[in-house]
Amino acid sequence: MLTASGKLERRELCRAVLTDRGDMLVIAGLGAPAWDITAVGDCAENLPLWGGMGGAAMMGLGLALAQPSRRVLVITGDGEMLMGLGALATIAVTRPPNLSILVQDNEHYGETGMQETATKHGVDLVGMARAAGFARTMLVTKPEEVPALRTAIHAMNGPLFALAKIDAGTLPLVLPPREGAYLQARMREAVLGKAAHTA
Amino acid sequence: MQQDTIEQRPDAAADWPDQIYDLLKLHNIRQVALVPDAGHSSLIKRCLADNEMKVVTLTTEEEGVAMMAGAWLGGDRSVLLMQSSGVGNCINMLTLSSIHRTPMPMIVTMRGDFGEFNPAQIAMGNATQTVLEAMGTLVKRADNPEDVAATVDATLRMAFNTFRPTATLLGQRLLGAKTFGKD
Repeated sequence: MLTASGKLERRELCRAVLTDRGDMLVIAGLGAPAWDITAVGDCAENLPLWGGMGGAAMMGLGLALAQPSRRVLVITGDGEMLMGLGALATIAVTRPPNLSILVQDNEHYGETGMQETATKHGVDLVGMARAAGFARTMLVTKPEEVPALRTAIHAMNGPLFALAKIDAGTLPLVLPPREGAYLQARMREAVLGKAAHTA
Repeated sequence: MQQDTIEQRPDAAADWPDQIYDLLKLHNIRQVALVPDAGHSSLIKRCLADNEMKVVTLTTEEEGVAMMAGAWLGGDRSVLLMQSSGVGNCINMLTLSSIHRTPMPMIVTMRGDFGEFNPAQIAMGNATQTVLEAMGTLVKRADNPEDVAATVDATLRMAFNTFRPTATLLGQRLLGAKTFGKD
């Protein structure tokens, strides 16, 4: 799982976290995290985002509140998380036990030419989440720490904020469906059954 | 909010905040996302007292747009309560409704609208309806107490029946007495 840079390979990390995911619902921030969850395996329980930058964590909150008995995981990038930092306060105060946020931190804006983000310059998102009051926080930098990350995500004693330092290399695009109405409807059907479409 | 700011809130005898609350219940709204506004204070109290409503106070209004998208994914109906200045914070996030066709009803108390005291409220207050409509939102106004219930009811119905952002703008004429920061 380690790359030549000494950092984690993002898709292997993603695959490890999602192994035996059960009925866990996953929202992925726009860009590489959306390609990553799709590369691991596209399914109705995945909502890969094509827009709404800065909103992934708050989408996770709304979903977690609506489905308190199901695990909800938001996988997103450092740039996307930095755009919605207020959500750390909002989520920490709301305390949904079934919500986990995993930031795949490559310290760059990957879709726009690899410009550096604030995390490249020392901004500590895990520290910010801890200071906001998240029940559990994790910083993951080594492959041997990934099983504990997976366990924490699959537990229901959150909210969990985890950040994994990943390699900044660009991987082949694996694009999810681009029709948002379909992406939303299939997850609603997975959660609510056919009744989702007549609600 | 600064104590010398002139706040506006409904007359204590006004019953339209209770009518809005009753409509939220009628339409089975389970998540209420909000950034507080004096004009919404009575409604917010009713929602906070309701154990069936999950009330989330946001740090910025665009969080509420994303939260409504997540709520709908999980089968909850939601609403966003905010002041007109907060509408400006929501604009790009309303993309989520456009791409997914998500119901997103908003109830907006207006500032910078009618007899405003604070110059800073004018720009966004004057632009509120225009920018919402530019993002595909169906916008209706209520400027008289007797129009509030029907307008909010239409806003909720059109959001959940036709899968799009909708908004009721509660005009500043409606919001009643200036309180000079007093309750």
